[in-house]
Amino acid sequence: MLIPVVIIGVISLILGIGLGIASKKLHVFINPKISEILRVLPNANCGACGYPGCSSFARAVAEGNASASGCIPGGPKVAHAVADILGVSAGTSEPMMAVVHCKGGTKEAASRAIYNGIQDCYAASIVGNGSKVCQDGCLGLGTCVKVCPFGAIQISPNGVAVVDADKCTGCGKCIKACPRKIISLIPVVHKIYLACANHDRGAKVKKYCSVGCTACTLCVKATSSGAISMENNLPVLDYTKTENFIPAANKCPSDCFVDLVSVRPKANIDTKCDGCGACVPFCPVPGTITGEKGLRHTVNKEKCIGCGLCLDKCPTHAISVWGAGSSMKTRQSGQRKG
Amino acid sequence: MGNIAGLIGISIGAVLINNFVLSRFIGLCPFFGVSKKLSSATGMGMAVIFVMGLASSFTWLINSFILQPYHVEYLQTIVFILVIAALVQLVEMALQKYSPSLYEALGIYLPLITTNCAVLGVAIINTGLNQFTGAPFTFIESVVNGIMSGIGFMFALILMAGIREKLELADVPELLDGLPIVFITAGLMALAFLGFSGLNFFS
Repeated sequence: MLIPVVIIGVISLILGIGLGIASKKLHVFINPKISEILRVLPNANCGACGYPGCSSFARAVAEGNASASGCIPGGPKVAHAVADILGVSAGTSEPMMAVVHCKGGTKEAASRAIYNGIQDCYAASIVGNGSKVCQDGCLGLGTCVKVCPFGAIQISPNGVAVVDADKCTGCGKCIKACPRKIISLIPVVHKIYLACANHDRGAKVKKYCSVGCTACTLCVKATSSGAISMENNLPVLDYTKTENFIPAANKCPSDCFVDLVSVRPKANIDTKCDGCGACVPFCPVPGTITGEKGLRHTVNKEKCIGCGLCLDKCPTHAISVWGAGSSMKTRQSGQRKG
Repeated sequence: MGNIAGLIGISIGAVLINNFVLSRFIGLCPFFGVSKKLSSATGMGMAVIFVMGLASSFTWLINSFILQPYHVEYLQTIVFILVIAALVQLVEMALQKYSPSLYEALGIYLPLITTNCAVLGVAIINTGLNQFTGAPFTFIESVVNGIMSGIGFMFALILMAGIREKLELADVPELLDGLPIVFITAGLMALAFLGFSGLNFFS
């Protein structure tokens, strides 16, 4: 009875020690991110990402050859988890969302023909560059809808593609898919963008689109820090300059801007304020909260974008938000979700 | 000379007459799994040859110097599995270190050699009688048998891979597309290999 036990025990011991030494000697460094990414992937090996399986996709992501949001069945949750592992969304990089720079639907923008071909923007743009008079308008045939892995884009009843801010992860697939090149990424915090991509002169634009940019430059004048500049008859918004675009949007005579927040709340500082100034550095729009140290501070209602970042920074709970209602809550949660 | 003739007999027997895959029907999992591409079939075949050769020598030594003297031959299955598993681990580590491209190509099939019945099969056959000499396998004979069985395995694998690469382009009925047509092909190949059982030089 003892002999077989000893034999097996000794053989296993020798093999075990041998393997232990070999694994040290033959150790190969593998990027630890690959296994980490593999852990958060669904591991369905469906191949929807274009790679043979989850492990090769994980390797491609870790090596920077694939986008973090490439896993389609995983959806935004997995995309965020992968991005977290890669450190993409961490630190200074801002959450982005896609926006369609056009709001001229069938009501606003004139058509010059009826398109009855294949229901695809590429196909339509091959046939005489689409049915709209505007050569930069959204064709509304949903090529971007088809490529969106998160179901964040819809064609509005008006015939223009609209991005759902809550679902969009900023993966940028639609940007590549759009034959008109009128989709771009904006920081999620701003939620305000110019919904026109037409470079024609004002008089010409007015003839075929009621919401087209006429290059009047009123928005440029409404901003102080040069965050909006005119380029080829179209204002260009520079989101890197922390600027409040609301006054500019309100000035637009053609209503070209889209503000994704229906009611912009305003912060208000009440008498409990002891003038500590703790809230000032957290305000993304410089010069919104002003006041002398030790005295009650005030909010410049023109500049406040109602982001609510100052709310919980006040040690005396003197800051509240007016005119917000439920939209304030959705805005804040949307912001954090990014 | 008789020794060399015996070794040639063992070789022909292992590669053609008693081909592991097509006559003994052992080790079918990698035969179907890794036979899609000629390059990975070659790599897999090489790994199997290497593991079979090593496993044959090690298991023969363990069998004749440890198991038989102590009359514990009944332990051979578990001991052989132990040795083979350790060997495969070693080969896997060595491949990952020195030939990452081959490691990539073999993928999940390399650990499969661990439980590949063909490797265990050759080790167990080596403990029996040599059908050409009627005596137990000598050390040299068992190593040759192991390597040649591996070559026979690789031979079948490469034949299959060549056929499957052509099959990709063929117009296969939808219901038979994929694995079913491969099963049928394997059956036809086994039928063809049945012809080799008529080869009988040495008896």
